[in-house]
Amino acid sequence: MTDLTASSVQSTDVVPARSRFPIHIAVFLAPALAIYTLFSIYPLIDTIRLSLYAGDETGARSFVGLQNFETLLMDPNWSGQFWNALTNNLIFFAIHMVVQNGIGLGLAMLLSLPRLTGGSVYRTLIFLPTMLSVVIIGFIWQLILNPLWGIAPSLLKAVGLGGLFGPWLGQESTALLTVSLISVWQFVGIPMMLIYAALLNIPDDLLDAATVDGAGPFSVFWFVRLPLILPTLGVVSILTFVANFNAFDLIYAIKGALAGPNFSTDILGTFFYRTFFGFQLQVGSPTMGAAVATAMLIIILIGILIYLFGVQRRLQRHTF
Amino acid sequence: MTVRPGRIAVHIALILYTILALGPIFLILINAFKTRRAIFADPLGLPNAQTLTTIGFDRVFANSDFGLYFFNSMTVTVVSLVLIVLIGAMAAWALTEYRFRGNTLLSLYLAIGIMVPIRLGSVSILRMMVELNLVNTLTALILVYVAQGLPLAILILGEFIQQIPKDLRDAARCDGVSEYRIFFSIILPLISPAIATVAVFTMVPVWNDLWFPLILAPGDGKQTITLGVQQFIGQYVTDWNAVLASLTLAIAPVLVLYLLFSRYLVRGLTAGAVK
Repeated sequence: MTDLTASSVQSTDVVPARSRFPIHIAVFLAPALAIYTLFSIYPLIDTIRLSLYAGDETGARSFVGLQNFETLLMDPNWSGQFWNALTNNLIFFAIHMVVQNGIGLGLAMLLSLPRLTGGSVYRTLIFLPTMLSVVIIGFIWQLILNPLWGIAPSLLKAVGLGGLFGPWLGQESTALLTVSLISVWQFVGIPMMLIYAALLNIPDDLLDAATVDGAGPFSVFWFVRLPLILPTLGVVSILTFVANFNAFDLIYAIKGALAGPNFSTDILGTFFYRTFFGFQLQVGSPTMGAAVATAMLIIILIGILIYLFGVQRRLQRHTF
Repeated sequence: MTVRPGRIAVHIALILYTILALGPIFLILINAFKTRRAIFADPLGLPNAQTLTTIGFDRVFANSDFGLYFFNSMTVTVVSLVLIVLIGAMAAWALTEYRFRGNTLLSLYLAIGIMVPIRLGSVSILRMMVELNLVNTLTALILVYVAQGLPLAILILGEFIQQIPKDLRDAARCDGVSEYRIFFSIILPLISPAIATVAVFTMVPVWNDLWFPLILAPGDGKQTITLGVQQFIGQYVTDWNAVLASLTLAIAPVLVLYLLFSRYLVRGLTAGAVK
């Protein structure tokens, strides 16, 4: 790392002024920094700024401080929808954490068994739905669960569970759960792959040593493998968190921007879209949209900070 | 070698889950080629001589610009990927190879985009694109996707560049080769294996995205395939043949590419996870 670097070699024979920032480094960095700053960082900062303004019908904007957030959290016209979306989003996330990451962990455990035949075929096939567009997946499940087609009830009947079927996507009580499980079904491949890779990285010696010491398969899992893959489980959790609190496509494809029935599948992403673009009688508002986006940004940042300073540090202390 | 009963249970579990993962997709593909009557009478049956039809596909091609949407998606994805790899490699090279003031700070600055979703800046992005007159152009999408893909690409490519032996570039420097030539003639050709990994993380989300096409390029024949399918199904929701055919058309290219390249994709994903 600390050997002769290019800048020192260069500055002696090409760049005459030593104190100047080496021009070639700037050339290498400039395109990435320009595009990234202009189309990623600046819009995020500008969104936060916009959330402090209010616009009227003429398009003129005036600074209103934190009033938009007050409206969002207190005004009965807004706060009900905001808290509803946030609660639904938390449920959406909880279902992913338990079901998606649970199944992902289970599949990864099975796939990492030594000398498993056909392991790569299973991995490839189970990962396949993850590659498809969320929109396509949404429509596929909408068709399958459609009582008109009747394929879901007849399949359930075949395994003796015919009585359970209902219009799951259409009922207020089951719509959010159904949508969450569709998303789980699609993305189970990601935790599966990440945890699988982590399990493969555990040296065989450790597992052998534990077995020689008389640990059964369950103790090996619980006391040796699980602690060693905890950092990966942390990564999986934060990736799930950010993806879930940023989700939009699936609900929009299945339920539209209104996230029906009666907003029961409304999450922050669809709420943001409606606020920004408007729907039915309500006119879209860029400044209120910016306020919702800023609130989402704050929620995501809180999650990331909890991960970085709470979970990740403790995990590292635990494992090393 | 005898097969232990435990192993059989493992295979049964994995096969059942594989069926659960693939069944719904398979169901759409087979029913897209069946008559409306057969779709409802026998949804699980394969199309046969009496039920085989391509009427759904005919209707899709007659009523929408699928070819165009496909071309739009291809353009956006390929151009974004090329730019992300090229620009990302340049930045990754500068950050890993040279020591200079603010190096760490810049790396941290670029890392923000890995975790914070650029979608949350959509209000400002749309305003900017309106001012730049880029609404309903593929350029708008490409610019946003490059900005979105760069942070992770720089991280992955940086780790890869560090593994390239130092001797090569030092030898070149002794021969007086310029820093630009070292990068473009020596380093860039060497990073091609990392492109597969970058592709997993950037191409797939770009191809599948609905949000930015919906906001930045919803009309004027600039729709991507994902948005095109979404709009088409919205209009023809009761025409089961057409809906199933449009879904099949959207699935097929991804399916073929995935099965061809899955080895690289899966390797890229697991390699990325190890780091």
